[in-house]
Amino acid sequence: MSEGTLYDHVWNEHLVETLPTGQDQLFVGLHLIHEVTSPQAFGMLRERDLDVAFPERTHATVDHVIPTKDRSRPLEDEAAEEMLSALETNTSEAGITYSGPETGDQGIAHVVGPEQGLTQPGMTIVCGDSHTATHGAFGALAFGIGTSQIRDVLATGSVAAEKHDVRRIEITGELSEAATVKDLVLGLIRELGTDGGVGYVYEYGGPVVEAMSMEERMTLANMSIEGGATAGYINPDETTYEYLQGRDAVPEGEAFEERKAYWESIRSNPDAIYDDVVEFDASQIEPSVTWGITPGQVVGVTEPIPAPADLPAGQRDAAERAYEHMDVSPGETMDGYGVDVVFLGSCTNGRLPDLRAAAEVLEGHEVDTDVEALAVPGSQRVKAAAEAEGLDSIFREAGFEWRDAGCSMCLGMNGDRLEDGQVSASSTNRNFVGRQGSKDGRTILMSPEMVAAAAIEGEVTDVRTLDQ
Amino acid sequence: MSDEPPAPRVTSVSGTGVPIRGNDIDTDQILPARFMKVVTFEGLGQYAFYDQRVESEEPHPLEDDRFREGSIMAVNANFGSGSSREHAPQALMRWGVEGLIGESFAEIFRGNCLSLGLPTVTADSETVTEIQDWIEANPDGDIEIDVAEATVTYGGKEIDVEIDDAQKRALTEGTWDTTAVMKANFEQVRERAAALPYIEDEEIPEAR
Repeated sequence: MSEGTLYDHVWNEHLVETLPTGQDQLFVGLHLIHEVTSPQAFGMLRERDLDVAFPERTHATVDHVIPTKDRSRPLEDEAAEEMLSALETNTSEAGITYSGPETGDQGIAHVVGPEQGLTQPGMTIVCGDSHTATHGAFGALAFGIGTSQIRDVLATGSVAAEKHDVRRIEITGELSEAATVKDLVLGLIRELGTDGGVGYVYEYGGPVVEAMSMEERMTLANMSIEGGATAGYINPDETTYEYLQGRDAVPEGEAFEERKAYWESIRSNPDAIYDDVVEFDASQIEPSVTWGITPGQVVGVTEPIPAPADLPAGQRDAAERAYEHMDVSPGETMDGYGVDVVFLGSCTNGRLPDLRAAAEVLEGHEVDTDVEALAVPGSQRVKAAAEAEGLDSIFREAGFEWRDAGCSMCLGMNGDRLEDGQVSASSTNRNFVGRQGSKDGRTILMSPEMVAAAAIEGEVTDVRTLDQ
Repeated sequence: MSDEPPAPRVTSVSGTGVPIRGNDIDTDQILPARFMKVVTFEGLGQYAFYDQRVESEEPHPLEDDRFREGSIMAVNANFGSGSSREHAPQALMRWGVEGLIGESFAEIFRGNCLSLGLPTVTADSETVTEIQDWIEANPDGDIEIDVAEATVTYGGKEIDVEIDDAQKRALTEGTWDTTAVMKANFEQVRERAAALPYIEDEEIPEAR
């Protein structure tokens, strides 16, 4: 078992009791809730006549079903309205702060937590959403939970969890100028497998990670779950502290320095023991896309799609399903694969720097006439910041629709969805069959820059070859 | 305190089988997102594997009369990957699934199954494939998952399977519904919270 890692430190700081089953009961420092996975949990609390134990450690937002166009109430979609109303009632009755659409603070839970400074190093953070892993970018122990566990956290301020092994992923070399952290994390999942992280928490480190911005770290930590690890983290450092300083929920002045001492204390020790160490060379990464139906089916944009014989035995059956669903053949490249829809957004790549990066590629270009292009900021604050620097005009002038904040077409619960066999170039995290709302729809994951390039050309395009 | 555990003890489950072949069967396949627009889990059973079962021309085992009543699901590697949605195992449970045998399960999915009292046991690829083949040849045959013994019995054959220790104890001792168990430690929760530098005293609730 690991020793002296951030994971061990945070675990020990939050350990309430070892349960009779052998699981540990951990205090939960921040519980993020949203409209899809929490109403049933509140229902269970009512059935058992239980209160919310730590309303001030709980924060709500609406993200999955919220429309990105017309938000007038009642929402046109009755089911979505019912979920939104349930969240409003539940949070107001329990005294839970709610970043609703009228506050200007609404957005995807994993964008809202960091930008409001709710997410801090050394916390345990849970949410009924697998991309809770995102908050690990700050050196928090953050993981997704199911609705019965949401009930537990609401009722007891704690969660039952089993301790995992820690795998240190040391990222060395240097990312080339054209490659992004999204390309890097796709490459990592390709290498380690979509189930490679089962039983592990990932600690990301090394020079490439240390040089990353907080937003880049969030993209990396976010996709830990796509590699099978429910949590991944990065030790907090000056980049983290600079990001946090001045945010709403972060203390100021002397209190900040005191808090920082705690943040420093939970970092992995220099002589920490890991259960596994993997080294990954970032210099080999080039702009990448998925060719299949899992986030591990990844190629460089000009690299041939692998044949079953090139893959480990366990991946061949998924590859066969992928060729069929995506209508591709081994040996072909994804460069030139036609797209109908491009989606820029999500908890993976819907932050301000993601919008900036896409806008930079788009500037001076127009979206292909056959492409429907959506830009969906990750939060209302991201949207406002983007508008303050004129990014919305760049998107609009290029032919993008500039929408309101939410999860939108990442999973298609809000009305924005693929129709039939449409192909989507998407800055999101999952390309599962049916993920974007159509069982025949096809999703190709890529970086925001590559999404912009695909929008311009109407097909998967190597961003390096675009005329500037 | 009474000796009654907070949840029913699940020592073994049995029934006919249903084979779901393929690695990386994700939660979007098990329960597509559009069916999550509900504020309760009731009625989710009808949407289990909806797109592959109802919307597809390819025959799906759950639509096959031979396996429709099957309660022991045999699956391959990385089953339940992706989303944290408890809606996925809720849908399977409400369809009639009582236990799963697989090569491996995604972690949140496995945890969600435990929260519902559904055992998830694992075996190697060869063993799982044999079980799937056997179910197809014997759709009326009974399979039993013995949680306490960590065995699966079918066709007069008993094999050893893996079951996580905490899961085994939670199921067999009836402590898989953790709310009551953890609530009993509320005083320790308050103490732990009070010791954390980021928790303000006024956030800590009164003892109850």
